[in-house]
Amino acid sequence: MYSKGLKPLSLATVVTLATAMALVFFYAPLDADQGFVQKIFYVHVPMAIVALCGFVAGGVMAIRHLRSGDPSWDMRAYVAIHLSIILGVGVLVTGSIWAKASWGHWWVWDEPVLVSFLVVFLLYCVYYPLRFSIEDPERQARYASVFAIAAGAFVPLNFVAVRLAEAYTHPRVLSQTGGSLPGDMRLTFLVSLLAMALLFVTLWKLELTAKHASMELKKLRRKLNARVAA
Amino acid sequence: MIRAAKAILRKDLLLELRTKESVPAMTLFTLTVYVLFHFGLDRDSLDGELASGVLWVTLLLAAVIGVTRLFAAEREQGGIDALLLAPVDRTSLFLAKAGALFLFLSAVELVAVPAFALMLLGPDLGGTLPELIAILLLANLGIAAVGALVAALAAETRARELIVPLLLLPMLVPLLIAGAQATEPFLRQQQGPDDLGRWLGLLTLYDVVFVLLSVAVFDYLLED
Amino acid sequence: MPALPLDEAGKYVAGAYVVFVTLIVIYVAILGAKIARIDREISELAAEDEE
Repeated sequence: MYSKGLKPLSLATVVTLATAMALVFFYAPLDADQGFVQKIFYVHVPMAIVALCGFVAGGVMAIRHLRSGDPSWDMRAYVAIHLSIILGVGVLVTGSIWAKASWGHWWVWDEPVLVSFLVVFLLYCVYYPLRFSIEDPERQARYASVFAIAAGAFVPLNFVAVRLAEAYTHPRVLSQTGGSLPGDMRLTFLVSLLAMALLFVTLWKLELTAKHASMELKKLRRKLNARVAA
Repeated sequence: MIRAAKAILRKDLLLELRTKESVPAMTLFTLTVYVLFHFGLDRDSLDGELASGVLWVTLLLAAVIGVTRLFAAEREQGGIDALLLAPVDRTSLFLAKAGALFLFLSAVELVAVPAFALMLLGPDLGGTLPELIAILLLANLGIAAVGALVAALAAETRARELIVPLLLLPMLVPLLIAGAQATEPFLRQQQGPDDLGRWLGLLTLYDVVFVLLSVAVFDYLLED
Repeated sequence: MPALPLDEAGKYVAGAYVVFVTLIVIYVAILGAKIARIDREISELAAEDEE
């Protein structure tokens, strides 16, 4: 069910990723202020954007789950959030590397994207202990969905709040995201973003396929065991 | 529905008045945390950003205690099953619990804020009172809504005391930002310009989003 | 802060991209192992079924 279109999707992902890397290192110009270090921006920011969208998408899937009662929506939400958390680790680590290279510190509070991401990440990390502390599978799925919805609504609110706070105390200096990017940088960024999004969807489908197959396997095994017992 | 909410709320308030479990503990906690900050920061008096931050973090930590105990009465006496069997709308339950939390927080702040002014605050609170009250009330509304939601989410998990702070505190970050930034100009030595509108706006947005969301979603919790 | 010279900056940029690629590789590897296990169990079940 989920593996439909997986092959062409994977192919598209690989191609776009390769194109993006090529653009980053051979096409995009060197940044005037930050030099070569700015290249991190092409992996760090798309990861952040895709992860944040993944969290919000998880919330939307959770809404579908609650309204329909169909557990497959909960599985989709779980995988989306799970993937976004992994990307989140990547965002924080690459962001830290960027901070060290640009500012000499392994962490800075000046970059609102990074800071608000930390808060979001800390929140979503609780998704696992929350799920695994509830034993009944139906209730676990329901509570997880409630969390996913509340957290999904939280993401944009938090982003706005942190940005307002940082604008107030620290003028934004690392403001590379969007806005005033020169044309060739913008193209590189957009292709990188597309590559990251395709990667996310591919991995999402891949994991869902694996999970679904695992479930079907369990069902089959149970049926076979029942037949043998009879 | 409102009547049911009021009934549950009254029961909770009467219970609190009789047992005096949550509010005095939360209040005592804030006073203790002030002492901790005094020693931790090695400061006699705070003003401006530092004062605002200490006050708000203390209030949020006290809120965690309140939230953890929000469904305690039902849990301990098995009351949750009785409540769920009765034809009571989950929304009434949410309104009652959020209302109780709101009132508890306000009660705690009645003592905690003057205590802060006494113990740690440098400048005078004086004429800034109406603005402070507005900020605190708006914030309490947000904490109440999110707190009731988190309390219900964690109510029947085994790791309740761990899950509540881990869930509640990150979710309160936007509220903390708005509250602290809003309060800061009023705690300075010289009253400077404030940006109250912007932060009250953020607080209101937060409140609206989470009250609506919690009301919408509460029906799916605490079932069976 | 002035921009780092190319050789130093290169290390950081490489580090960032390595982190990214490593995350993906680890993830795909774990998934791959899971799928391999599923495949193995399917063949086991098919064998059991034939008996």
